[in-house]
Amino acid sequence: MQQFPCPFCGERDEREFHFLAEAGKERPNTTVSIDDETWARYLYKQRNEKGEVQEIWMHLTCREVFLLKRHSVTMAVSESVSLRQGC
Amino acid sequence: MPSHYSAYSLFREGLRQQSGWGKAWRSPKPKKHYEVIIIGAGGHGLATAYYLAKNHGVRNVAVIDKGWLGGGNTGRNTTTIRSNYYYPESCALYDLSVQLYENLSRELNYNVMFSQRGVLTLCHSDPEMEMGARFTNAMKLNGVDAELIDVAAVKQRAPILNFQTDARYPIHGAIWQARAGTARHDAVAWGYARAADALGVDIIQQCEVRELILENGACAGVRTAHGDIRANKIGAAVAGHSSVLANLANITLPIHSYALQAFVSEPLKPIMNTVALSPASGTYFSQSDKGGLVIGGGIDRVPSYGQRGNLPAQETVLSGLIEMAPALAKVKLLRHWAGIVDVTPDSSPILGPSGVDGLYLNCGWGTGGFKAIPAGGLLFAHLLATGQHHVISQPFDLNRFAQGRLIDEGAASGIAH
Repeated sequence: MQQFPCPFCGERDEREFHFLAEAGKERPNTTVSIDDETWARYLYKQRNEKGEVQEIWMHLTCREVFLLKRHSVTMAVSESVSLRQGC
Repeated sequence: MPSHYSAYSLFREGLRQQSGWGKAWRSPKPKKHYEVIIIGAGGHGLATAYYLAKNHGVRNVAVIDKGWLGGGNTGRNTTTIRSNYYYPESCALYDLSVQLYENLSRELNYNVMFSQRGVLTLCHSDPEMEMGARFTNAMKLNGVDAELIDVAAVKQRAPILNFQTDARYPIHGAIWQARAGTARHDAVAWGYARAADALGVDIIQQCEVRELILENGACAGVRTAHGDIRANKIGAAVAGHSSVLANLANITLPIHSYALQAFVSEPLKPIMNTVALSPASGTYFSQSDKGGLVIGGGIDRVPSYGQRGNLPAQETVLSGLIEMAPALAKVKLLRHWAGIVDVTPDSSPILGPSGVDGLYLNCGWGTGGFKAIPAGGLLFAHLLATGQHHVISQPFDLNRFAQGRLIDEGAASGIAH
């Protein structure tokens, strides 16, 4: 099994982790009117890059949500960054 | 010219030490300009070229591929062909494909070995049997053959399965589609390639598309390892790499790419006469004509472009197999591989204009592209030749995401992606 780094717990078995989403998406301001394309882009469109990617993952056992930088072909991890305030 | 394959030609070549077989297709140098370029010489790309030439008389066509034809997911799948879907749009699409498969060997003069041995979707509880009845009725209303069968009928069709009443997932019955089955996957690519080539299509292998030529906001050709090739229309049928190709035209797609694994066991004597799927684990298996069990399951847990196995998914699929048929616990695996599949939010494909003039998309088939090859090719050819959707491909346009009109087969038919 591959090991992934949780910023809180350290290296753990890959089955303890869950991929949530690509990093960097900003939710449109829905308090004002937005068009269908803008909303669909937020909901569905993905960069889906081949190579270095930045994603939001969760370590299921401790519920830490963090930024994971990895390679989508080799699966090599370059960095995991906590998203907690003040870290 | 390739030879016509027949009982007579087999007999004749047997007498001539097999010396008279022509090459199945040419290896032409690319021309500077084509009417249509199709990127991706997999099943969908080759079928598109064939139907462009045959149904629409468009013969000035090139199919180009970075590797060899049929070397992607067409040569990596578990060869199952079925149309057991829930929504009318999906049944129309996938049953068109089954119907085309039924006559494909004759049409292409190439034996694709389509064997309609049926598919069992197991039901493991009384509530699942009720959902099975609902699903069966939906399929029948959509004009697809389906039957809800009881446990005795399942046992008759697949006695190797686990019929113990105290099993973790006991078998109560199954949804049975008799017209479903398996085919020789490579032969589908080779058959379409040979038939398209005979109609004048140029198949250009080992020719990677590095850039799309964009002029005045339109796609006018491709920049390849062998120079620029221009065309009036470009069709992309590149499966797991659709996002990478779309990125060359500055488009983002509603697609995640995942590895999907499959397994083949050592050859066994005939023990499995059909295809069986257990929705409990997502595992399904059949037995090839060579005797190997062909085993598949759900996609990997994390998006990936790495065409190789991954232990957690492997464990899930194989433990599911042993739950389905405990007698197989000591069977050895012979091969294990992964292909990169393009998964959409609704587990339905994308067929239609890309949003950039001149560039059209055939993608998003996810884990189920092989079964759809003839229909995908026929509908994509219609789109490229006429510029208009066929009535069957219309619902699968990219615009369904902005319109909120998803065809959610991931939820409806519980397919493992």
